Amino acid sequence: MEMSSSGNHKLSFTLRDYREGQRGTIVDIRGEGRFKKRILEMGFIKGAEVYVEKYAPLRDPVEFIVKGYHVSLRRDEAEKIIMSEPR
Amino acid sequence: MPARNKGTQKKIVVAIGGNPNSGKTTIFNELTGSRQRVGNWGGVTVEKKEGIVEHRGYRIVFVDLPGTYSLTAYSLEEIIARNFIVNEKPDVVVDVIDAGNLERNLYLAVQLIEMGGKFVFVLNMADMAEKQGLLIHREKLATLLGGPVVFTIGHRGKGITELLDEVVKVYEGREKKSRHLHVAYGNELEEEVRKIQGRIRTDRELTARYSTRWLAVKLIEDDSEVKKTIEKESARSSAILTKGEESRKHLRNIFSEEPESLVADQRYGFISGLLQECISLNQMERVDSSQKIDRVLTNRLLGIPLLIFFIWLMFQITYRVGAYPMRWIEYFIELGEIGIKLLFPAGVLRSLLIDGIISGVGGVAVFLPNILLLFFLISLFEDTGYMARAAFVMDRVMHLIGLHGKSFISMIMGFGCNVPAIMGTRTLENEKDRILTILINPLMSCSARLPVYVLIAGAFFGRRAGNVIFSVYAVGVVLAILIGRLFRKTLFRGESEPFVMELPPYRIPTIKSVVIHMWERAFIFVKKMGTVILAGSIVIWFLSNFPIPRDVATVYSERVQSIEEIYRVRIDELKKSAAGYRAEKRALNEEKSSLIAQLQQERASEIISQSFIGRIGRFIEPVFRPLGFSWREGVALITGFVAKEVVVSTLGVLYNAGGEAQLGYSLRKSSSLTPLSAYAFLIFVLIYTPCLATVAAIRQETKSFKWTLFTILYEISLAWVLSFLIVKGGGLLLSLI
Repeated sequence: MEMSSSGNHKLSFTLRDYREGQRGTIVDIRGEGRFKKRILEMGFIKGAEVYVEKYAPLRDPVEFIVKGYHVSLRRDEAEKIIMSEPR
Repeated sequence: MPARNKGTQKKIVVAIGGNPNSGKTTIFNELTGSRQRVGNWGGVTVEKKEGIVEHRGYRIVFVDLPGTYSLTAYSLEEIIARNFIVNEKPDVVVDVIDAGNLERNLYLAVQLIEMGGKFVFVLNMADMAEKQGLLIHREKLATLLGGPVVFTIGHRGKGITELLDEVVKVYEGREKKSRHLHVAYGNELEEEVRKIQGRIRTDRELTARYSTRWLAVKLIEDDSEVKKTIEKESARSSAILTKGEESRKHLRNIFSEEPESLVADQRYGFISGLLQECISLNQMERVDSSQKIDRVLTNRLLGIPLLIFFIWLMFQITYRVGAYPMRWIEYFIELGEIGIKLLFPAGVLRSLLIDGIISGVGGVAVFLPNILLLFFLISLFEDTGYMARAAFVMDRVMHLIGLHGKSFISMIMGFGCNVPAIMGTRTLENEKDRILTILINPLMSCSARLPVYVLIAGAFFGRRAGNVIFSVYAVGVVLAILIGRLFRKTLFRGESEPFVMELPPYRIPTIKSVVIHMWERAFIFVKKMGTVILAGSIVIWFLSNFPIPRDVATVYSERVQSIEEIYRVRIDELKKSAAGYRAEKRALNEEKSSLIAQLQQERASEIISQSFIGRIGRFIEPVFRPLGFSWREGVALITGFVAKEVVVSTLGVLYNAGGEAQLGYSLRKSSSLTPLSAYAFLIFVLIYTPCLATVAAIRQETKSFKWTLFTILYEISLAWVLSFLIVKGGGLLLSLI
């Protein structure tokens, strides 16, 4: 995480940082093995757009929409997905 | 069809693949109806379904492959699906695609195509896609995928005939759209694929057996199963595998990315391009009824209360609705007993039938309606898609225990009966999660244990019985959490399964599919557990009634005779002319009956006490004495192995009690139990080995004696240790006060 001189502006975001209703593009995917393969086959690939639908009542996991359908991830899994700035 | 035609009928083997939630199973059911067979894939706990359809003179065998999102080597389901296609080489492969979810579903389609073969692509739930405003150009899609495309609405049975027609057409080679295609992976990747293919081709046998391109792409993806296969089957394996590694290294260098990701990127790129040609509308969000429903069902405030409500509803339905058939079964059993008493004279055979078989099997059969209802409701949860929501809402809590959100419903069900709960763990994709859930499930106190709690708590804790029973349930839950975490850290260590879970659109399931689901499980229950319970009941009956000490029989019949004699004399002495003759006679007869009844109870108790089980009980007594239990409690616990509620009836016999109230009194007065050891007894019943039916279910769902044995052993040990701690620890506390 880096700070620019203009204040608290992050240069890199993970999917975990996104709030409900925000959307963004996948920039990179960390992690490997089972997790990576799972995330890829579910459509979380570089350049894909992800929309945050909802956080679960206990704040974890989180429901996302990617490639037109709904998928839920735990927050520590979402952390492994590097995103663009949310909009 | 006349039998002689079967020989001339040509057989086509068709594999059906597709994503989970694509409606694949519904289509399989629509195709094969009742002509299906359920088994397992080669000794693993993955379900295998096969079914037959006769169409246009062919005998088509449909094999339902496990639902998968892709075809890597990371999960058992994928390996099974792949191996079937590569090794068994089915004549046609049908890929069921959720039309409302094309992009992700095509990820699997593309991998299937790469394996080579003849395909038919099914766009299922075509009606949902239409509602979303999606227009799919069928012909273009077929051309680009290299196989015919059929639209179906699985749960309404639409498009099934067309699907069958296409399968035959493809098989006969009459389908023009069938072409062998592959995804173009971009220059650099293609270059490496070519190089690896070159090496593979030096092995003629390997080339004949597999698609070289598929092998090459898999090597770039570092597929462990393909590597194993090549090592095993090829003399040139080291050359081939080395080339694979070189290619991966090279690609990693040029792109600064893992080759698997590169391949995935390219696949999705191909899919994007393909969709742009074939689809008229692109939708980002599924703003539809499912989303609206979820605004309520997974709502931040309402989500959990609603889940609790649905579970409460589930139990209400199970017990209220189930009460009626339960009563019918009880009547039926009573009739059976009366019938047998009429047909058979008193004796060993009659005792075997009534006290052994009817009592044992009947005791469990009475729960059958409840169990069926639980199966039905769990199928309903799954097929509507609500199961995924329950998992979504509860995952945080489950994760703390070391479990997946999907385990929640199964654990809760354990409060009803552990058997359907354990069978319900099939929804868990991950083996470790499944086994762990199964192992701690029996700690959820099932309803058969309740009669035991009520009896003991009622006898020793009076008005506080309710709270005591509640505390027992609570201890069960706490233990499940602690043991779950312990096992997760020790036995099931290693890479934990990613949660990544799809939330499929809500669906109104067809009654047909839910009933088929329920029926499959019920059938297994009746067949397997039925035989196990029958055998167990007979064994326990035998052990409880033999050997019959001859002196007991004679002594008791003598005593009965002498009582009859005494009362006959007393009745004779009554003056027939006296005023209250009738009343006195009746009173004397009643006294006589109750004395004889008492004698019979004593006799029964004596028989059990001298029987094998009694001897076993006394032999084991030293184990139970530190817990404050006598051999009687030990024997009762042993008989509880058949079904937990039997503990009550055994205690009843051993303490010569006529009814529950009397049993409670007897326990307080004549047994060695104190309130402290009674509580320890309750905890022992909570934890010790589950009933026969549950053990059979565990064996079936884990497919291993090891885990079944482990469950029995850890539970008995845990039960003993905890009971011991309660008695000794409690004793210590009390002595300090």
